[in-house]
Amino acid sequence: MYSFNYHCVSSTEEASALFDSCESAVYLSGGMTLIPTLKQRLDYPTDVIDLRGIDDLEGIVAEIGSIRVGSRTCHADVACNQHIHALADLAGGIGDLQVRNCGTIGGSIANNDPAADYPAALLGLGATVHTNNRDIGADDFFVDLFETALEMGEIVTAVSFPQPQRAAYVKFPNPASRYAVVGVFVADTSAGIRVAVTGAGSCVFRATAIEDVLQRDFRPAAVEGVSVDHSNFNSDIHASQEFRGHLVTEMTKRAVAKIA
Amino acid sequence: MVDITITVNGVDHSLSVPDNTLLSDLLRENLRLTGTHIGCDTSQCGSCTVELNGRAVKSCTLLAAQANNGSVTTIEGLGTPVDLHPMQAAFRDNHALQCGFCTPGMIMTAIEMINDSTEPLTADQIREGLEGNFCRCTGYQNIVKAVLAAQTQLRSA
Repeated sequence: MYSFNYHCVSSTEEASALFDSCESAVYLSGGMTLIPTLKQRLDYPTDVIDLRGIDDLEGIVAEIGSIRVGSRTCHADVACNQHIHALADLAGGIGDLQVRNCGTIGGSIANNDPAADYPAALLGLGATVHTNNRDIGADDFFVDLFETALEMGEIVTAVSFPQPQRAAYVKFPNPASRYAVVGVFVADTSAGIRVAVTGAGSCVFRATAIEDVLQRDFRPAAVEGVSVDHSNFNSDIHASQEFRGHLVTEMTKRAVAKIA
Repeated sequence: MVDITITVNGVDHSLSVPDNTLLSDLLRENLRLTGTHIGCDTSQCGSCTVELNGRAVKSCTLLAAQANNGSVTTIEGLGTPVDLHPMQAAFRDNHALQCGFCTPGMIMTAIEMINDSTEPLTADQIREGLEGNFCRCTGYQNIVKAVLAAQTQLRSA
């Protein structure tokens, strides 16, 4: 790890002012991605700004028809929430126990790893990302590989999840890392059926062809035979494009079966 | 340099360390508490697990500065050679260690699992909970056996 200046700030205003004044700063939330990245010298910021001293970024608040999850809420705490079972289930399947005690929802979505679990929950449930400047709908938040709609220095403060009528998340985990080779979040929401897929492509996406089918017939068998275009899917030592295409259908069927 | 105030195994420490110091290095190099092991140094093997503010964390993947004003328990804080913690005794009694390198992390994680759960854990839940801890010599059968045995004792205590 190269040397850097560590700062612990107590407000988002202080954090963003400091960010702007540094040559190349990064925000530190749980650090479960950032610290391994720094240790491998894949990134070498001049300054690391720790957000843990900011009040009000941690915890889950139930609101009418939705829950608001503070950006510094760790996966272990989201896994204990009693409000949206599918979200709790998803958070409880991230990494391992120690990682879930440190890693945060804000850090995960700001990083937008193509195989991360949370992006599927946000997109599947039609969540809203709150930042220190504005609100961003999940449909507009995840842009591409490790890329989000966040501006330089912008800070995620919370995520609001509308309560679905029913929802489930099923992933085919990498046996070592537990990242999703493919993960599918299926939600029956007030805006209809939403199906969000992570792990398959360069960025989380909605499988609209599957949504249309499930909207008419919400049964696992209905998904059978829906063709998923895998030509742009990821291909690596863990799974080929074809296999990932197959997993999208299979994980969807399992998620629907879990709900029904 | 960053100034850190930290309570480790009930003892308060104030020290100044380089900003990029990891918690595992602070414990081992500055405080000479070498019971916390560094196995993979990439956040996978879990041998560096310690308890920070009541939760099991991988100390090789935290900056020491993130633990500022915090309270840490390491394997040295659990028992003594003549008065082992029930989890340590169960590992010994069940032959749950061979080289012992992973053991401090296994024990710190296992204790949190039991503390976190109101219901007795099944063998499957213990295996799931130890997902982030690797043993490369004994295998996991006896580790799971030891955690089950310790749990019986800890819950009846």
